[in-house]
Amino acid sequence: MPGVEGFMYPNEVELQWSVLIVLYPFLTGLVAGAFILASLERVFNVQAVKPTYRLALLTALSFLLVAPLPLQLHLGHPERSYEMYLTPHRSSAMAMFGFVYLWYLMAVLVLEIWLDYRRDIVLMSQSNTGFRRWIYRILTLGSSNLSEHALHVDERAGWLITLIGIPSAFLLHGYVGFIFGSVKANPWWSTPMMPVVFLFSAMVSGIAVVMLLYMLMMWLRRQPIDMRCVDTVARYLFYTFIIDFSLEMLDLVHRIYESDESFRSLDFMVHTKLYVSHIVVQIILGTLTPIGILALTQVLKLSEMGRKRIYVLAGCLTLIGIFAMRWNVVIGGQLFSKSFLGYTTYKMGLVAREGLLVAIVLTLLPFVILWVLVKLLPPWPERVSGPVPEAAPAP
Amino acid sequence: MSTFKDASHLFRLAAVFVAGFLVFLIVRGFLVPKSFGQYGHYRGNAMAEIAAQPINFAGHQTCESCHTDVLEKKKVGRHARVNCEACHGPLAKHADDPTSVSPEKLDTAVLCVHCHEANPAKPRGFPQVVSADHSTGLPCDTCHQPHSPAISTGGAK
Amino acid sequence: MNITRRHLLLLLPAAAVAWEHVLAGTPESSPNYRMTEHWWSMLIDIPKCIGCGNCVRACQAENNVPDGYFRTWVERYHVSDWDLENPQVDSPDGGKKGFPPSKDESGKNFFVPKLCNHCAESPCTQVCPVGATFVSPDGVVLVDKTYCLGCRYCVQACPYGCRFINPKTNTAEKCTLCYHRITKGLTTACCESCPTGARQLADLKDPSDPIHEFLKTHSVQVLKPYMATRAKVYYNGLDGSVR
Repeated sequence: MPGVEGFMYPNEVELQWSVLIVLYPFLTGLVAGAFILASLERVFNVQAVKPTYRLALLTALSFLLVAPLPLQLHLGHPERSYEMYLTPHRSSAMAMFGFVYLWYLMAVLVLEIWLDYRRDIVLMSQSNTGFRRWIYRILTLGSSNLSEHALHVDERAGWLITLIGIPSAFLLHGYVGFIFGSVKANPWWSTPMMPVVFLFSAMVSGIAVVMLLYMLMMWLRRQPIDMRCVDTVARYLFYTFIIDFSLEMLDLVHRIYESDESFRSLDFMVHTKLYVSHIVVQIILGTLTPIGILALTQVLKLSEMGRKRIYVLAGCLTLIGIFAMRWNVVIGGQLFSKSFLGYTTYKMGLVAREGLLVAIVLTLLPFVILWVLVKLLPPWPERVSGPVPEAAPAP
Repeated sequence: MSTFKDASHLFRLAAVFVAGFLVFLIVRGFLVPKSFGQYGHYRGNAMAEIAAQPINFAGHQTCESCHTDVLEKKKVGRHARVNCEACHGPLAKHADDPTSVSPEKLDTAVLCVHCHEANPAKPRGFPQVVSADHSTGLPCDTCHQPHSPAISTGGAK
Repeated sequence: MNITRRHLLLLLPAAAVAWEHVLAGTPESSPNYRMTEHWWSMLIDIPKCIGCGNCVRACQAENNVPDGYFRTWVERYHVSDWDLENPQVDSPDGGKKGFPPSKDESGKNFFVPKLCNHCAESPCTQVCPVGATFVSPDGVVLVDKTYCLGCRYCVQACPYGCRFINPKTNTAEKCTLCYHRITKGLTTACCESCPTGARQLADLKDPSDPIHEFLKTHSVQVLKPYMATRAKVYYNGLDGSVR
């Protein structure tokens, strides 16, 4: 059989979950990671990362809005997907995830953004004209109360939402890890460590994307980059990466040591079919290199230019590496036979419904949405028009 | 009271959420299939629908109710336990309308080797031959009567 | 409203009939079939399987299974010596057209038919997000193809590889134990066409079913017992090398 080595159960030859299912945990991971970065400032009072706070929230929202799209496109019957909300099967992690997603979107992210921006929304509803005025007016929900006490209520409520939001973000992406980790039929996926590994790699990718976006936007707006902010974000990236790498190494060492029934088959797969994506891209380029160059910035006193270059390179390599990790989990888990006697090949379409082109469009779409959101809800205080008594950044 | 006024926007938001939830409940009442949950977390009518699939194999008892002569011959031979449609294929349509739907004539040159071509994975005691040596290209029913195939028991043609 | 004795005399029998109907889960086409009286399973006798592929062809003919996908299939094993961990296995087109001559005649060779194991604690029904696949009250794991989303989670969760997505309906599909036949007193298409009786449908709730005697007098196993799926397809003479 073309593309098959050894023996596979006849129904296993064709892969079930495509590159879109690789993209999905990548996107939700960025959401969780960006949100955790935002919450560093809000709940843990890390003042240094304040300039990225609003940007992180908007980034999280952009990616969260796009996240269901790869899922819908991959379903055999997307028109029936509402059934997951109508008759969710409580024993199914996938069904419960629909509610986790909804909770996170509505009760955490949208609420937090609304509370944080409410003052600006009210001001913009008064100063703008035409169509934009109507958008802002709807967003105010009819209330234009900007008294000090009202703003204080917003501040406290926002703090509470962020506090609830941190475990919610953990749940959001940990759940995706659980969807894979709970499948006992697949030894590449089935491990209690899966939700934890997914979560930490999500945090790494989320921090990296916000760091890159902040640097990019400051550069586009010809504004100086707050180095204290970026240095702090990069430091958090470095620490989180160490934890993530340690977790993945623990999983690897454990597998090698126990060497159970599946090990030989999986080991062979990693060394042959997954060699480029796992060893080269994920581990060497996507993990060891960024950790190494970020470590350089911690032990050496480098110039601002040098640090910026390293951060950009580390950020980009991180994102590529975390995408490769999702690829290796999802695609890798389907390349070997559950009989442990053979392997198949993933034939990714180009222009098909679940093909590469669609994946690329879906990856770019959140940035388009972010651009719209940044125009609608500017993350930087000096952009807010209208009589502003104090020039302080929003609470 | 001033607290209440200053938090009014939060109450409006809560109202939006509650309204949304109520709309969801109403829509759900319309969309969930009526038989859902009857026996478990699935549509109860599904089993009846699956059971209504058309049948293509009539089953040997149906064949035997008409073809008693073949049954008499078969039940004393080595193919006694081989059901009719194992060789003749699905014939429910023929059983429903015997005169207008008649089964195809089988080609023993290709049919018999499915079972009887020698293969080390087949049980040792099972009758198997290397057909190229055994029949030298002739169809099997040249010598064997399929309904009672053993030559020594008078099944020869 | 006063419920008089007359009301009750009318209501009670009507309720009894309705309750019977509910208990029976009667498909209109099989009015005498009561789901709660059956617990379906299958017995596969490995020493009897000759790898003819009749079952695979019959299943396709009975259930319109698309080419390239299999509700049942036959695997051929070659175990060279003591090394049970490394059998050579093949299943050309699922065994649909039988098997080509074996290259290696030494060692141990045998056939293993496989199908959905209709697990009593099936991992596939556990993961279905909407309740489109389920274990029926009579022990058959079925897919409601008008409700299935085609998310493929059940296909991933099955340890035995017996599920696939039908390219025409875009829904999950697998062996239904010929539910449309067994509810009418017929046997499955694969058992009907098996020439050696290697495959036998069994009803564990029927005290007169030969499976009870068979299970007492033979050593049987299920596939992948460590998965704890409570599989209901029992294999007689299953070798340790079988995956």
